[in-house]
Amino acid sequence: MQRIGVFVCHCGSNIAATVDVKKVVEMAAREPSVVHAEDYPYMCSEAGQAKIAQAVAEKGLTGIVVCSCSPRMHEATFRKAAERAGINPFMVEIANIREHCSWIHKNIEEGTEKAIILARAAIAKVNLNAPLFPGESRVTKRALVIGGGIAGIQSALDIADAGYEVDIVEKTPSIGGRMAQLDKTFPTLDCSACILTPKMVEAAAHEKIRIYTYSEVEKISGFVGDFTVDIRKKARSIDATKCTGCGVCQEKCHSKKSLSEFNRGLGTRSAIYTPFAQAIPNVPVIDREACIKFKTGKCGVCAKVCAAGAIDYEQKDEIITEKYGAIVVATGFDTIKLDKYDEYAYNQSKDVITSLELERVMNAAGPTKGHLERLSDGKHPEHIVFVQCVGSRCSDERGKPYCSKICCMYTAKHAMLIRDKYPDVKVTVFYIDVRTPGKNFDEFYRRAVEEYGVNYIKGQVGKVAPQPDGSLLVQASDLLDNKQIKLKADMVVLATAIEPDPSVRPLATMLTASIDTNNFLTEAHPKLRPVESPTAGIFLSGVCQGPKDIPETVAQAGAAAVKAIGLLAKDKLTTNPCTAKADELLCNGCSTCANVCPYGAISYETKLINDHGIREDRRVAVVNNALCQGCGACTVACPSGAMDLQGFSNRQIIAEVDAICR
Amino acid sequence: MKYSYYPGCTLKNKAKVLDAYARASALALGFELEEIRDWQCCGGVYPLGSDEIATKLSSVRALADARDHGRELVTLCSACHHVIKRVNDDMQNVADIRTRANNYMQLDTPYTGETNVLHFFEVLRDRVGFDALAKKVVNPLKGKKIGAYYGCLLLRPGEIMAFDDPENPRVMEDFIRALGAEPVVYPYRNECCGGYISLKEKEMATRMTDTIQESASGFGAEMLITACPLCRYNLNMTANGLPVVYFTELLAEALGVKEGIEA
Repeated sequence: MQRIGVFVCHCGSNIAATVDVKKVVEMAAREPSVVHAEDYPYMCSEAGQAKIAQAVAEKGLTGIVVCSCSPRMHEATFRKAAERAGINPFMVEIANIREHCSWIHKNIEEGTEKAIILARAAIAKVNLNAPLFPGESRVTKRALVIGGGIAGIQSALDIADAGYEVDIVEKTPSIGGRMAQLDKTFPTLDCSACILTPKMVEAAAHEKIRIYTYSEVEKISGFVGDFTVDIRKKARSIDATKCTGCGVCQEKCHSKKSLSEFNRGLGTRSAIYTPFAQAIPNVPVIDREACIKFKTGKCGVCAKVCAAGAIDYEQKDEIITEKYGAIVVATGFDTIKLDKYDEYAYNQSKDVITSLELERVMNAAGPTKGHLERLSDGKHPEHIVFVQCVGSRCSDERGKPYCSKICCMYTAKHAMLIRDKYPDVKVTVFYIDVRTPGKNFDEFYRRAVEEYGVNYIKGQVGKVAPQPDGSLLVQASDLLDNKQIKLKADMVVLATAIEPDPSVRPLATMLTASIDTNNFLTEAHPKLRPVESPTAGIFLSGVCQGPKDIPETVAQAGAAAVKAIGLLAKDKLTTNPCTAKADELLCNGCSTCANVCPYGAISYETKLINDHGIREDRRVAVVNNALCQGCGACTVACPSGAMDLQGFSNRQIIAEVDAICR
Repeated sequence: MKYSYYPGCTLKNKAKVLDAYARASALALGFELEEIRDWQCCGGVYPLGSDEIATKLSSVRALADARDHGRELVTLCSACHHVIKRVNDDMQNVADIRTRANNYMQLDTPYTGETNVLHFFEVLRDRVGFDALAKKVVNPLKGKKIGAYYGCLLLRPGEIMAFDDPENPRVMEDFIRALGAEPVVYPYRNECCGGYISLKEKEMATRMTDTIQESASGFGAEMLITACPLCRYNLNMTANGLPVVYFTELLAEALGVKEGIEA
């Protein structure tokens, strides 16, 4: 039999205004096992906590019920108070008579009645509570960063600067990501490469950072503090230790017609290539599907011209297995495919391009060497039309329901840069709303309108019709003028919605990290834990969590790094003791629990079981306490009632329900 | 292969050729269109009202008849196809319309959208196949530059009509290619011809057809083909516009069955 103390909090008037706390004390005192009951204006205060300690000492309490606010608020507070008073912290239960009662009721009688019932349920549960003791698990002091764009680079640098080893895994041949493809950055218009490449070099040179490019994560097992990851290092066909990065192989390569991924398919590259001049590492890869040597067995010119003898046609994929304590996901984004938006004629005209393609066109290292020209005929355009929200804020299944967040600003940037460099070019922007919150953002947009004379029209474009003379007729509505308009343009630029890189889906499955309906990784709490996944040890950096611009990405990358560092700084992790546990006598090894477990925490062992004198080998479920998050899915699924959640056993919950229904 | 066939009023009147050439071509291609008995007018635009029931019943009757014969239902006129396809979708997905229509109809077996509705183009594409069609062509229409005019009714709403990409369709271009002619792609091929507005505001409809005609001839088309009698009527309002013919006429010509057909 427990000796239970009940402590009812007034929470000033938050509870006491709608709950008769004296009455709650009086009724609680009548419950079996309750040996002490009192109320106090602020139980969470130091004086309130002292009352708990005092009652424990005087009455020899073994269990505690606090009738107060939500356990999310102060459960930890009261558990610590109990521990200081010499009681196992898991012998404390909270009856939430504020959020679940006083705040939602107006009638004091009804509120009081409900508070008494909630107290009774908590008392019934404590009667069946048993002391629980957290376990410990070790922490591998190395972090894995998946994705080598600005988010991954920043997270890796911050973790490495704190003194921990970091590995970056990047699937393309170079780190740099989307930011490397951009020409200028808003709102300061500084050159993207100029601010990114120093960071790339710093990451590459950092003694604590290893970079695996042209590599992908293939398998992840383990749990927070102790992940085991298989990384597939794809065959580069180059011996990186010999290659000097001279570039002769790329010049001499006979297969030069592959579309350049880096230039968004607007230019070509050789079969042996580095994506761009500042690539890190400056070691090319051979695209085996385009390489003549791999296709026909003939050629081999790159091996002949390579003075370092670095070409290795026999190279094979390599699997590297490594242990990590923390994983930062920084897989970034891509623009959506425009197949379902044929009204914009993207697939019908070369002069209709996406904004990311325009970045390459504007870039001095891009397909037009930075000259603004029509891709169909190389002519200088007279009028460029920008269309915003292509696929963003879309109410049907063609596009995305969310705002891609960066488009208003980069469109203003493009418009401004074009007007600055080519004052003869007319620029029109169609928008639904212009959304420019951010430091110096709205000022930037206003400059585009007021100083650079960019013509902003509120309205959506309905159709882009290529004309026989090669121009484009843009049909649109002008909502402020309430008119249908037709404009002749030479180029149309589509501010295409962004979506998480498709690699994030299989990765999320491997990580057992949750993703939302748009494939963005879900954060543990949208406001209070925005850079952590609900899965322990997984941190979110950059656009994989939601659309964001560069400064926001860098800020989040730093925050994710700090969270990872906080984890790596620990030698041991305390595990939550409220985990599932299988009763080996009842378990029949059916695998139902393992099938529903979202965390892969349940495995099976064949054990010698002594079932009332019958000794036999049985296959029984075993829960890994470090992996189990205590969600309780297995306890509900188990057909034989063998699975129980410690601290929330079936008996305890039924006792609570009984107490409520009494 | 036999299909149940719903011709529609215009095909018995102004657009007799659309119907006659289709039947002759079908036989040449090895399938038969069997006209549904006692079919009635599809109702034009009226059945598209969500609170309409009586005008939807003609479609339901045709659909149920095809179902009872265990056949797919084939149409030719874009407007009839549009109406029947959408009523079928209602019968599948809108419980209220399904219940009310069946209450009116009192069929032996209530109709719940079982029939598959095909436009003649879909039969050519998905059942016959354009490769097989090309092989049966005896008079290839070599050198003819033809603009396909889809209009809006065949394509939209895209998720219900499920005919082709509403913004960049290709089935009619593939058809033209199969006949040995050269398709001319022009951006206004999927824009509205004005429909019934031509009766009330002729000027507005003419403006719309002028845009279509100019665009097609600008890209080098010498003639337009369509599946819709109303589109054809409207497109012919443009002064000095390209000739507009029904696609079945070209089909019959290419298959060598045009001669001797009473139209």
